[in-house]
Amino acid sequence: MSTNTEQTYEAAAKERSGFSDVLRRFLDSDLWFSFRNSPVAIVATTVSIIIVFAAVFAPWLSPTNPFDLAQFDLLDSEIPPVWMADGDPRFLLGTDDQGRDIFSTILYGSRISLLVGFSSVVFAMAIGIPLGLISGYYGGHVDAIIMRIADIQLSFPAILIAFLIDGVARGVLPREVHDEMALYVLVFAIGISGWVQYARTVRGSTMVEKNKEYVQAARVIGIRRGTILMRHILPNVLGPVLVIATIHLALAIITEATLSFLGVGVPVTSPSLGTLIRVGYDFLFSGVWWITIMPGVALIILVLAINLVGDWLRDALNPKLR
Amino acid sequence: MISFVTGRLAQSIIVMLTVGLIAFAMFRFVGDPINNMVGQDTTVEQREQLRESLGLNDPFYEQYLRFAWNALRGEFGQSYFHRRPVSELLVERLPATLELSLVGAGLALLLGVPAGVYTALNRNGIFSNLIMSGSLLGVSIPTFLIGIILILIFGVIWRVLPTFGRGEVIDLGWWTTGFLTVSGLKSLILPSITLALFQLTLIMRLVRAEMLEVLRTDFIKFAKARGILTRSIHFSHALKNSLVPVITITGLQLGSIIAFAIITETVFQWPGMGLLFIQAVLEVDIPVMAAYLVVIGFVFVFINLVVDILYFVVDPRLRADRAASGGH
Repeated sequence: MSTNTEQTYEAAAKERSGFSDVLRRFLDSDLWFSFRNSPVAIVATTVSIIIVFAAVFAPWLSPTNPFDLAQFDLLDSEIPPVWMADGDPRFLLGTDDQGRDIFSTILYGSRISLLVGFSSVVFAMAIGIPLGLISGYYGGHVDAIIMRIADIQLSFPAILIAFLIDGVARGVLPREVHDEMALYVLVFAIGISGWVQYARTVRGSTMVEKNKEYVQAARVIGIRRGTILMRHILPNVLGPVLVIATIHLALAIITEATLSFLGVGVPVTSPSLGTLIRVGYDFLFSGVWWITIMPGVALIILVLAINLVGDWLRDALNPKLR
Repeated sequence: MISFVTGRLAQSIIVMLTVGLIAFAMFRFVGDPINNMVGQDTTVEQREQLRESLGLNDPFYEQYLRFAWNALRGEFGQSYFHRRPVSELLVERLPATLELSLVGAGLALLLGVPAGVYTALNRNGIFSNLIMSGSLLGVSIPTFLIGIILILIFGVIWRVLPTFGRGEVIDLGWWTTGFLTVSGLKSLILPSITLALFQLTLIMRLVRAEMLEVLRTDFIKFAKARGILTRSIHFSHALKNSLVPVITITGLQLGSIIAFAIITETVFQWPGMGLLFIQAVLEVDIPVMAAYLVVIGFVFVFINLVVDILYFVVDPRLRADRAASGGH
């Protein structure tokens, strides 16, 4: 290689990796094009970001603090939402039986729901992706064992697995410890019930990548297998993982809401949307429907938005549809 | 064929043993069985005596074998909370859950398959798009929320349907049925719709995807080229071929239905095994939890085994593959 070529190569490499160039490449990409032309994707992503934003900044955005006993008044209890006859503009979505503003409780509740949802997905990925990489790359007995365990776990519905883990934890840990650890147990339970999807997909992609030339070249040079897995194969198998993660996030949020509704989820001190729905359920029969329906609607909007983003992402990243 | 069956059978037995081990470990080590069975006045010596007589000081494997043997005979001890034999509780509640699950599954199939076929054949019609959007909504709403909304509409605003319990049931030997009474049937409507909705969307999407796949294949094109009637192509050829995976998935979904029955039974206070399990988890009633685990584990393993063998028998391609690879 002549000096001239080397210099040109270095200069070109530097130019390609600047931030503005990465941005420009992204804006030219198929993914962004598909996003721009899909109104559903734009709306859904916007809604999701708004909800996440609202949840993260809940303490600043929320009109009242539902945990602060001084801020609500029993005289304000069971006021309907603002658009109904007896509504009060102070409480946009009405109040519950103790005078708490429903809008505020929903904001704080979404926090917990999103927290548990995200953490479970991250946990499931942390287990599933490495197992998938190992299983796909090394093959043989390791692969057989891991896939066998995955198959067996798949024959049980995820909710049931999460139930059982939570139930056992409830029995094993004394009550105070359990209340503190409840969030961790929940994340663990939902995460464990969901790792299989990641492992399987990553395993499939790894098995395909394993035989490609760049991997063979890396092996010939003598790069260690661990490094090959992490720096070469992993970035190339992450595409489908993103789609699975989005849909799994929606599922994790639903699972957490279900478990909390049944009483085996988050402790009452940090209520999620599911807990709010459960608390409101008792008042449904006396006609005070907003205490349970409002958090319900919030949950539906959140999950629907995430599902729509996941659907769009799956179609956008699907090579067969290009 | 035989080697396949024995292989799957061996795997099923291993899974059952593992499930049994987990159930037994839960039963034995979570909390102290003795503390839960006696009052506060029992002396230490009496507790020791009880411990000996129940065999709680025997080695681990002995206790496990005894547990497994008892489980096989359907004996799971006494519930801490209800103070009755667990097997009695299970038998009492089983008909309720089974009736609900069957009706739910039936509804899901009855509505899901035709909807799937319709949306596959009329891909771009308005009605199809509506159904597909509806299905996305159906997947995004948790089951318990569907139940709550149905209760709100049909039980509170328009008081037309009962919202909890099973209504009147008729005793037929050890089975109690709600099918033969009007109130029983009316009570069945809302819970079964709730249970069916999630399965319905799944089945519909699956049937649609499978039919679209099959309609793209060469043999369908060939049939069209030969001039076979379109209706005949769609139903005798395409539909039949897409039904195989649908049947297997539905079989596997039976497990899912049992899990979702837990939620539905809680929302509608339906006195089935699911409600029993939830109460057991909340009350830390270990014998019931362990028994439920073993029974459900058995049901799942059994269903999976049957579905696997059925799939192998029905789909000749699997058999040909296995023959080519030397029958392993």
